[in-house]
Amino acid sequence: MASYSLREMMAIAAARIIRDNDIVFCGTGISMLAAMAAKHINAPHSIIFFETGAIDSKLLELPLAVGDSRVMHGASVNGGLADAFATMQHQWWGSRVIGIMGAAQIDRFGNINTTVIGDYHNPRTRLPGSGGSCDVASFVGRTVIFMKHQKRKFVETLDYITSPGWIDGPEGRKRAGLPGGGPEKVISDLGVMGFDGATREMYLEGCYPGIAPREVTNRTGFKMDISRVSRIEPPTEEELRVLRTVCDPHGLILETPEQ
Amino acid sequence: MESTRHKVMDLETAVSNFVHSGDHLSLGGFTINRNPMAAVFEIIRQHKKDLHVYAHSNGQAVDTLVGAGCIGKLEIAYAGAGLFAPTCLRFKSAVESGRLIVEDYSNYQMTLRFMAGAMGVPFLPTRSGLGSDIIRKWGFSASDRATDPKLPDKKIHVADNPFGTWGDAEKLVFVPAIYPDVTLLHVQTADTQGTVRINGLPFTDIHQANASKRVIVTCEEIVAPENLRRHPEHNHIPFFRVDAVVHAPHGAYPTACYGHYDYDPDFLKSYATAALDDVDYENHLARYIYGPENHAAFLALIGQERLDLIAASAETGYAAGLERK
Repeated sequence: MASYSLREMMAIAAARIIRDNDIVFCGTGISMLAAMAAKHINAPHSIIFFETGAIDSKLLELPLAVGDSRVMHGASVNGGLADAFATMQHQWWGSRVIGIMGAAQIDRFGNINTTVIGDYHNPRTRLPGSGGSCDVASFVGRTVIFMKHQKRKFVETLDYITSPGWIDGPEGRKRAGLPGGGPEKVISDLGVMGFDGATREMYLEGCYPGIAPREVTNRTGFKMDISRVSRIEPPTEEELRVLRTVCDPHGLILETPEQ
Repeated sequence: MESTRHKVMDLETAVSNFVHSGDHLSLGGFTINRNPMAAVFEIIRQHKKDLHVYAHSNGQAVDTLVGAGCIGKLEIAYAGAGLFAPTCLRFKSAVESGRLIVEDYSNYQMTLRFMAGAMGVPFLPTRSGLGSDIIRKWGFSASDRATDPKLPDKKIHVADNPFGTWGDAEKLVFVPAIYPDVTLLHVQTADTQGTVRINGLPFTDIHQANASKRVIVTCEEIVAPENLRRHPEHNHIPFFRVDAVVHAPHGAYPTACYGHYDYDPDFLKSYATAALDDVDYENHLARYIYGPENHAAFLALIGQERLDLIAASAETGYAAGLERK
């Protein structure tokens, strides 16, 4: 078995969730890598698009931001933000979109925070803000969220709800007035979490090879069901080859220290 | 004055005539692409203060204006410079130390706000943000809003769908229009009267310009009106909306300009390093902004060798193979 990094495992775990013919919205960094990997491995007919308005870009090189000129080259259409978000808010097309993003904090219902740590008016740490994250989380059928697995990031109560997940349970989105859909998976550096169909609470679905479910419990700030856990298959030689030689040959994301 | 008049002028004149301290300013571009950097540097050189700035996702332009102390209030969705600075660093330290007040929206909400301004309606509806703190938590208090005639009394408003359940939406989020005093754009091509053509993604630039009372356009290339009028279907902003056209090659540097040049990873990395320390940052501003007397002198300082490295290849519109690590 080939050796691999956790970053590679995470990118592949997310790529495996993308289905052929999905319309994939992705943010900057590892989510972009996951979308590119899926396109070359398990979902060749998926359509990658960016909030900046580029649709089905010819990603010859890895973009370092969703506004990178690399997303503009060879696209089907270079629209604008208005077009990109309208597609996601669209009654029919929005439900076909899978959104992949990252966050600084997440709660058990998959609500996420990318705005501040601490009090909003007097923050300990200021983060970049929503960007398109709140829009995507509000509109699309399925979201996948990348997280670093730490107690201070998997929290009971968010410091700020930037982007709505299942809000507070099965009826949360409906009560808030949001369309159907919501968080589907959380990909951390320990494993993959899902959301229970009845309670909409996060549970441990699988651990990466060598990781014990106990470690997930220890590093989660709320009670998480680990009874359904399975072992996640490590990346195959082919998955690693695509990731390393096609998607990110210069290690721009795979070899950059975690921000 | 004739709207077809010749609007070409130098950047010093454009900024001095059309940007005033206290203005509400909107910034075009996106994170590390087509930020109006030459115009921003000139605003800093001319010591404009207390600007009220609007952007959706902006990186380098917003952060440099914050760092130089030009911004009083900021309405934004995202302040980041891609992997070079996932959170803009001077923005981060200004907010954490209480020097900068921010009103947070999402990218689509900001886009709709510019669109509402451009359309002449007071607000537009969306389903984005229901259940989030973007609706519950306000950066500018209700009392501050009530006393400032240039701000709507509310940040945002949630209400029932006035058409019942039509469109399968029971509730909607209403976001207020933005009416900037001035918008800064950097584009590839403009003609002498102000008609604008953007290559690659226009982001929200067109709505931002159309919402604005005044527009300053810096560009890579100025052409004669008959040149752009041969293919009007490729043009984006009509001449009468624009007040100043400035020839500023590399006017988005160190951010990218599709078809002309890439972002400069070295400059963005050295900026991010300097931005971590107050003294280093002052030195950075002194060297790159206050030192050179204008945009041409700034480019001379950067040097042709750096500019050649980031030159876009004709085939892709960016610098293929550029060392970016």
